[in-house]
Amino acid sequence: MRTENPRSELSPRARVALYGLLCVLAIPFVFPTWWMVTSSVKPISDIFAFPPELIPSRFDWSTYAEVFKLQPFAQQYWNSCYIAAIVTVGTMAVSSMAGYAFARIKFPGANLIFMVVLLGLLIPSEVTIVPLFQMFLKWGLVNTHWPLILVPIFGAPSVFATFVMRQFFIALPVELEEAARVDGLSRFGIFFEIALPLAKPALAAVAIFTFLHSWNLYLEPIVFLTTPGNFTLPQALTQYVDVYQGPMWNTQLAAATLTALPVLVVFIFAQRQFIEGLAHTGLKG
Amino acid sequence: MPIAASTADRPRNRPFWTMERRDAVAGYLFIAPQLIGIVLFVLIPLGLVVWYSLHEWNVLAGTFRFVGDANYKKLAADPALPEVLGATAIFSAGLVVFNLSLALLLAILVNQKLRGITVFRTIFFSPVVVSLVAWTIVWNFLLQANGGINGLLQVIGITGPNWLRSPPTAMASVIVVQVFKNVGLNMVLFLAALQGVPRELYEAARVDGASRWTQFHAITVPLISPTILLTMIITIVGSLQVFAQIAVLTQGGPGMSTTVLVYYLYQQAFQFHRFGYGATISILLFGIVAVLTFAQWQMRKRIVFYEN
Repeated sequence: MRTENPRSELSPRARVALYGLLCVLAIPFVFPTWWMVTSSVKPISDIFAFPPELIPSRFDWSTYAEVFKLQPFAQQYWNSCYIAAIVTVGTMAVSSMAGYAFARIKFPGANLIFMVVLLGLLIPSEVTIVPLFQMFLKWGLVNTHWPLILVPIFGAPSVFATFVMRQFFIALPVELEEAARVDGLSRFGIFFEIALPLAKPALAAVAIFTFLHSWNLYLEPIVFLTTPGNFTLPQALTQYVDVYQGPMWNTQLAAATLTALPVLVVFIFAQRQFIEGLAHTGLKG
Repeated sequence: MPIAASTADRPRNRPFWTMERRDAVAGYLFIAPQLIGIVLFVLIPLGLVVWYSLHEWNVLAGTFRFVGDANYKKLAADPALPEVLGATAIFSAGLVVFNLSLALLLAILVNQKLRGITVFRTIFFSPVVVSLVAWTIVWNFLLQANGGINGLLQVIGITGPNWLRSPPTAMASVIVVQVFKNVGLNMVLFLAALQGVPRELYEAARVDGASRWTQFHAITVPLISPTILLTMIITIVGSLQVFAQIAVLTQGGPGMSTTVLVYYLYQQAFQFHRFGYGATISILLFGIVAVLTFAQWQMRKRIVFYEN
């Protein structure tokens, strides 16, 4: 897919200038992460030191123990991980099936139902947070993880995934399926044995943005969850405060590092799949 | 489907479970989870929001009574509303302008043929995968009066402001934090669009003596305009949903200067337990999103160069 760049004939001077510009622009993207990691291992007396210490001169690892002492952080970490995993797999299943049906199967009312489903794109989940809270309250599911699992998989957040899957299946050559049909394969057989294996790139894109969406969720956890053992990571991070509600900086930064770093490392190793997956399958068409 | 035509004129001994009947059943089964979810978690809640908005409902006082359009009148007369809408508008406009121009600039830069350019592409994209609250917490730390940014400014002899404690810099900070978090996503979309522009066009333009600027606004911009519109819609709708950044950085302050609509909705419904009034604000939010989306799809017809 990589096309030759029209402006590739750069003079050496332009090259240097370009590198300079890129490095300056990279600062606000790299520095916060660097500052987060390095500050989290500094003793508390050094984190507001002047001049700022870009490389820590002294280390204090006890902050990381503190993170686990003040809150059930391991439990909260597990909560975020397992919720994101279930939501990702569930969304992939729901959206690939619905996307396939909307793209390939003729059934009465398909267009109307598609329009109704697309409404989900138009309605940010913030709009429905008040009634959703009341509904889950009535079902006795407030302060459980069910709202954070069920709503993203089946509700508005999965509509975008369904749309992406539909766009992908529409572009898939239909001949493969027709051949399978002649061989006597049912719709389910065609879907599972032919369409789904071909849809890996689209499914990967769906998996990536669904995982990130669930991992980042903040409003829903603070609305639905009330006890620290049930909290998810984003919510837990903001709970490292002193008695005056002021942030405990080093503990917060250590917890933030533990939250951000693993995903960042995975991303760096798989950056090609991430970026190209999202660019080419994620939003085209 | 050709099979459908042939089964239609077959005599009455045809089986009930024809190909298209079976297909239709499969279709309904395939969409059932999504459709049930939309009815349960979108349509019913949407109806309930309207219903709640017609009631005065205070959980603490235990009241739920029908008040007709009283909540809407109250919202229209709410002295906080102009400020909230103003903050929302400034935030959204600032975010869209800054985000899209930076995204386009970055996309053009990482589209250059340079050794190691993928490293920069990875760097610009990386905040997208960093947990939103973790990212915001770090910026909160950086933006403190004695934090990292002012520390670095001090080194070169500038005394920085207390970023999050005065209205203009607080709003600017919230916007900037959000832009650096997500600009990589738009950059990648622009990059894909730029790589789709046929290079012959640039060559022809160069032969005709067109400057780089002319090439940019006469070739690049029109050809990537569908992507510009798409990213604009995503960014604007996304900007109306900003919540975690405000909650962590400013809690809507100083004063109400960064209290955007979603944050106001959260305060009214979940901090002051005014669910009826919160539902009314939800309707306003929905209205704004619907109008903006509709307006932009209309715009598409006039402004966008072409669509495939």
